[in-house]
Amino acid sequence: MTPGSYAIERATTASRLGAVAGAVLLAVLVALPFWGSSSDMRLLVEFLSMLTLAQMWNLLAGYGGLVSVGQQAYVGLGGYALNVLADFLGLDPFLSVFLAGLVAVALALPTAALVFRFQGGYFAVGTWVVAEVYYLLIANSSMLGGGLGRSLQALRSIPRAERERLTYWIALAVGVGAVALVYLMLRSRRGLALTAIRDSARASESLGIDVFRSKLFAYLVAAFGGGVAGALIYLNLLRILPTAAFSVNWTAAMIFVVVIGGIGTIEGPIVGTLVFFVLRELLADYGAWYLIVLGAVAIVVMVWAPHGLWGLVAARLGLRFFPVQRRVRLATVVDP
Amino acid sequence: MDWVNAVVQGVLLGGLYALFATGLSLVFGIMRVVNLAHGDFIILAAFLGVAVVGLTGVSPFLGLLVVVPVMLGLGYAIQRALLARVLDRGVLPPLLVTFGLSIIIQNALLQLFSADDRRLEVGGITTASIAITGQVAIGWYPLIVFVVGVLAIVGLQLLFFRTALGRAFRATADDPETARLMGINHRHTYAVAVAIAFGIIGLAGVFLGIRTTFSPDIGPGRLLVAFETVVIGGLGSLWGTLLGGVILGVAHTIGGKIDPAYRELTGHLVFLLVLLARPEGLFGRAVRET
Repeated sequence: MTPGSYAIERATTASRLGAVAGAVLLAVLVALPFWGSSSDMRLLVEFLSMLTLAQMWNLLAGYGGLVSVGQQAYVGLGGYALNVLADFLGLDPFLSVFLAGLVAVALALPTAALVFRFQGGYFAVGTWVVAEVYYLLIANSSMLGGGLGRSLQALRSIPRAERERLTYWIALAVGVGAVALVYLMLRSRRGLALTAIRDSARASESLGIDVFRSKLFAYLVAAFGGGVAGALIYLNLLRILPTAAFSVNWTAAMIFVVVIGGIGTIEGPIVGTLVFFVLRELLADYGAWYLIVLGAVAIVVMVWAPHGLWGLVAARLGLRFFPVQRRVRLATVVDP
Repeated sequence: MDWVNAVVQGVLLGGLYALFATGLSLVFGIMRVVNLAHGDFIILAAFLGVAVVGLTGVSPFLGLLVVVPVMLGLGYAIQRALLARVLDRGVLPPLLVTFGLSIIIQNALLQLFSADDRRLEVGGITTASIAITGQVAIGWYPLIVFVVGVLAIVGLQLLFFRTALGRAFRATADDPETARLMGINHRHTYAVAVAIAFGIIGLAGVFLGIRTTFSPDIGPGRLLVAFETVVIGGLGSLWGTLLGGVILGVAHTIGGKIDPAYRELTGHLVFLLVLLARPEGLFGRAVRET
């Protein structure tokens, strides 16, 4: 075979068309404050924070093989970090959303030192225990309002319309940034290592991949994303309660979204988040039934269609909007 | 003397915690699966007790005659119908399925029984006690629960090391492929193990419901207690589980004595300390990677 007879490519037709469609969609969304209502903006902030959380859990479990049931720790810590940075230290509240992510990373390091002693199912419950410890420490801290929580003061001087617009644009930046971050990370050396670990930790170790460091890196990135999303959620809600902020239902939502959409792909959590919000609107009048249906759908998908809804679509149509793998394409060789 | 009393109550509480933990430990020991819905099944059993008592008017102790067999059957069915399908598929699928069950059970109980606090009433025995000194008294009921916890562990110990079924459990846990070659039906063996675990969950749920009030949302907290008990005691050691329960029980009563708000936090911190000092637990062997 001559060197010119094949090509290595990464982009697909879908990814090229998707990039164009994505750019148009992004432009429409950036302009939303000029054509949408404030309830549209609030719904989209919720959507984008959920999307961010789902992408982070997907990175953690779908690529890092770390099934955490304690990611609510970073939602709560991010929300409280926003309150501390903006109200107690007087920093800009919008900038504080991103600083809250760094606070989450700073706390994720000692947390990892504990929970990384566990593997598999024990890691799952271990992360949950640590999340409970953070919850109990904050719920018992009178400075942070104890069990009654507190209201964010820093935004009081900002007019409502301006506050809603800025919150929405930050949410858009965070949501798009989370997808871009995971995409770029997976295309890098580190991402290749993570993908290899997902397929076989032992084989990747024998190829010289530092499994521990790669997993730690995924854990820290997920903590950052969780902290930023948590801060964003409570920038939008303005009032934080420890029971709600550290509720395991955050992690339940992340897990169900990722599994229903399709774990181990970037498209999956996007599809899953859409399904999540459609179900939520449909079952809004039925109280707890909403979570029962979500849990049942997740179990059915895991048992009978483990690649999720996006997996079903991708298998039939071969669509890949976020190609992370390289493929060899043979050129048609014309013999002289 | 108050502190001595707190320690005594904590030791007795350890019997209930051991009862919580043995089911979790059994399923993990044989199938390497952590049942994230473990705590919710305990609460489900307690509500089953409420339903049985409500329908028949019998004492909750007699209600065990219905609750335990129903839980045994439920365990067998869940293993055969659901868990068996995801056993060989890595870490996530069994965790996701049991986590899904956890959310479903919590919310279904909420729909059926509301968020109100419930309790299983047995009359005078919950308040009767044996006075040891002026300040220290041993309640009859906590003592009964402690003895039941010890009996459950002795029973499992005998089952594991003295019966053909126990031999099948140990063989399947060590090497399912070879166990199959020796004529053991591994599917049935797994399901019987889960059924036994669920039977103990039935006991634990009813004994919890007699001891304290409960509501649909407290399942995850019981899972964490069971998990911490298993890890403190050491994986694979039944007597370690009892010791783990006692340590955690004492941590809870001592912490609660300092300030009721510190009850659970003290338990978690003791757990994390044991984890730092002895990751394999007090009685545990080094954990094998599977």
